[in-house]
Amino acid sequence: MPDARWLHPGAWWVWALGMAAAASRTTNPLLLLLLIAVAAIVVQARRPEEPWGRSFGFFVRLGIIVIVVRVAIQLLFGAAVGTTRLVDLPGVTLPVWMAGVRLGGDVMLEALLMALYDGLRLATILICIGAANSLASPTRLLKSVPAALYELGVSVVVALTFAPQLVSDIDRLRTARRLRGRRTTGLRAIGSAAIPVLEGALERSVTLAAAMDSRGYGRRGPLSASQRRTTSALLLGGLVAAAIGMFALVGSGSPAVLGLPLLLLGAAAAIGALVLAGRTRVRTRYRPDPWSLPEWCVAGSGVAVVAAFTIGSLVDPVGMQTPFDPPTWPGLPLPALAGMAIALLPAVAAPPLPQPASAPAHVREEVAA
Amino acid sequence: MIRFEDVSVTYPGADRPTLAHVSLHIPEGELVLVVGRTGSGKTTFLRAINGLVPHFTGGTLKGRVIVDGRDTATHPPRELADVVGVVPQDPMSAFVTDVVEDELAYGMESLGLPADTMRRRVEETLDLLGLADLRGRALRTLSGGQRQRVAIGAVLAAHPRILVLDEPTSALDPGAAEEVLAALQRLVHDLGVTVVLAEHRLERVVQYADQVIVVPGEGRPILQGTPADMMRSAPIAPPVVELGRLAGWHPLPLSVRDARRAAGPLRDLLVGQQPRLRAVPEDDRPVATVDDLTVRYGVNAALSHVDLSVRAGEVVALMGRNGAGKSTLLHALVGVGPRPEGDIRVEGRDPRALPGSALLHSVGLVPQEPSDLLEASTIAEECRTADRDAACEPGTTRALLALMAPEIDDRMHPRDLSEGQRLLLVLCIILAARPPVLLLDEPTRGLDYPTKARLAQVLTDLAGAGHAIVLATHDVELVADLADRVVILADGEVVADGRTARVVTSSPMFAPQVAKILSPQEWLTVEQVADALVSIEEAG
Repeated sequence: MPDARWLHPGAWWVWALGMAAAASRTTNPLLLLLLIAVAAIVVQARRPEEPWGRSFGFFVRLGIIVIVVRVAIQLLFGAAVGTTRLVDLPGVTLPVWMAGVRLGGDVMLEALLMALYDGLRLATILICIGAANSLASPTRLLKSVPAALYELGVSVVVALTFAPQLVSDIDRLRTARRLRGRRTTGLRAIGSAAIPVLEGALERSVTLAAAMDSRGYGRRGPLSASQRRTTSALLLGGLVAAAIGMFALVGSGSPAVLGLPLLLLGAAAAIGALVLAGRTRVRTRYRPDPWSLPEWCVAGSGVAVVAAFTIGSLVDPVGMQTPFDPPTWPGLPLPALAGMAIALLPAVAAPPLPQPASAPAHVREEVAA
Repeated sequence: MIRFEDVSVTYPGADRPTLAHVSLHIPEGELVLVVGRTGSGKTTFLRAINGLVPHFTGGTLKGRVIVDGRDTATHPPRELADVVGVVPQDPMSAFVTDVVEDELAYGMESLGLPADTMRRRVEETLDLLGLADLRGRALRTLSGGQRQRVAIGAVLAAHPRILVLDEPTSALDPGAAEEVLAALQRLVHDLGVTVVLAEHRLERVVQYADQVIVVPGEGRPILQGTPADMMRSAPIAPPVVELGRLAGWHPLPLSVRDARRAAGPLRDLLVGQQPRLRAVPEDDRPVATVDDLTVRYGVNAALSHVDLSVRAGEVVALMGRNGAGKSTLLHALVGVGPRPEGDIRVEGRDPRALPGSALLHSVGLVPQEPSDLLEASTIAEECRTADRDAACEPGTTRALLALMAPEIDDRMHPRDLSEGQRLLLVLCIILAARPPVLLLDEPTRGLDYPTKARLAQVLTDLAGAGHAIVLATHDVELVADLADRVVILADGEVVADGRTARVVTSSPMFAPQVAKILSPQEWLTVEQVADALVSIEEAG
């Protein structure tokens, strides 16, 4: 049993992004559901008792909404796909000069399946991101955000803390609705609470960024102006290349052959820029989060699962993209299954979490807060 | 150390500058107190010192701000971090890490100090602020006073020569506030740090200040002077100063100690007089009762075996340390939070079982963060929704608001209101349904004296109209002014429950300034003393 400590948050994000990338490469509903299950098991095993630890549940709900919306849009506006009629509904087809959009109409099994698979894939990606938000301490991650490109760093800070703030806010808003004598459940409740929740969470993220700024985050080191320009150009170029590579890699339509080199090249450029900027030592570490065996295992399992899914789609394209027309029972491609078995590893490979030092005070403070 | 040269700040979209033509100089090693009404530009002034205004907030800054020889126009906040440390109003929102020790080190990490220096300074800071026992604790688990001290330590560890604090004691109980002020006092005296702090509760800080800066707002010129000078003529003053003015003491005392020395003749004069108390309605029927209430979060009891009953027309103050269970009790009375054990009745019914609208008509809570309740984009719309929620005559809420805060415009966005105005708006929303029981959680946090006086008047009128009012607060002066009864909670248990004068005069922590000056007599407010003096004059 390894010592209780916090795993490096970067490792959790690599793992979760690996899972999300894997999900984007398949429409096989069985594989997608298994990916969600893997994420849930790992979250259950290593989730800390913190407000942001509940992010996973929030993202699961978000995923369900995505599926419902995707299916609804298909039924209302989607083109007629397939031949198996499930329900007869009246429909109108708009004239050609209005793009020939079809409204309503018969519900086809094939169209339903297509929308369902597609929605499920998007939901799985969201849920994997939710797992990262639940597992990785946002504050620890903040410490590791490189300050090389200041504006980018601030945006990353706001982006990273937004979801955790949001989740911690939802309970407060539920109380507020009760105090105004409203219903606390139902669609309308969610709708009208959305604006204040979003505003509040964003406001708090920006406050945090201001506080980091006034405490010296992103100070210029003794870099010359030309050095700084080189670093920024290298970092920006690298990130853009990596983003294009990532897009090519996860977009199921484009070949992985194009994406991978671009991703690697971009990542190398970005890392190079960070190393270059880091050499001037504007920042030091008090007690650095270690990156040791558990971190390698967790991050590695994320890479392994995306590799397994990529191999799977090369050797067994039909197994990974379950055909919906005609409807077929989804298969279980072996490489993908193996990948997911590896992705389960973090549930035991990650060290257990340290126990909170003093429970009673914290519980009372939560009330006071 | 800090020099403002003809500084004006205008935010985008504003039709006049928030600060206009400010020129002043703050020398090294002084403790400077910044006062002014809410929304007068105090925070803007503080944030201009380290360049957060305008680098982070936007807006235009004309003139020059020079801090330790650096112009903030060319130095963004991060480049001033080694000179100026800023502690924001809500320390929790500005914590970057999870643990006390890491938080103390964060600023030094950004400044690039070597690891062994950081180790040493973390230890020094832990000792200086009395945080050594808390080093490994999660920040989330700390009490309000502890958090504030960590926030101060976190900026202090980087050894800035200027410390800027925005209302450091507003969320703290009297004991914790004293802890924080004592720590600041030590920094000024032992290390020569320059401290600039904004605070509404003058009674807590004015005796420590070397200089007072008054920001009058609306672009009027800033005033600067010694505390005694400023207090002689200031429209707002702590009770000790007001009592001094009333009794004609020279020199004007700023601390309880000085006032007590001068108060001998006044005490003799008042012998045999009784403070006039507000008449509490005769009706003995309790409108809200709590019987043997225990509330647990997980395995830990936040409240244990609490009994309380509140009668119509009565004002009850709940006091106690941060985290003593005050908020939990208020929440239980409106039926939110974990399922309680024991019996809670509001007008004979369990609030938990009441559906939303029925709840609104029997008990209303103004929470600690009133803005949580606001969601519309204009005041008018907010008022209309409130009327709908309360199922009352359209226009009810708006009429209430016009009565309490006539200056508020219909078209304003709720977020653009000042803290005090927002509180009054939420109070009106809650009052639209005329709940017989009204609960307020820390209503005076961040309120200036005039707004506080207005709130006290509104609440007194409501109590006179038969509303039962329960307020949780740290503000001893408000309690002295308003409450008929005080209940003190400690660790989730009721430790005192009785008439205000009896409870607060028996405890130095919760006694208002007037009571401290005139003890053992039971006077609580300057108003009571003034009334008594008038009647003595009439009799003699």
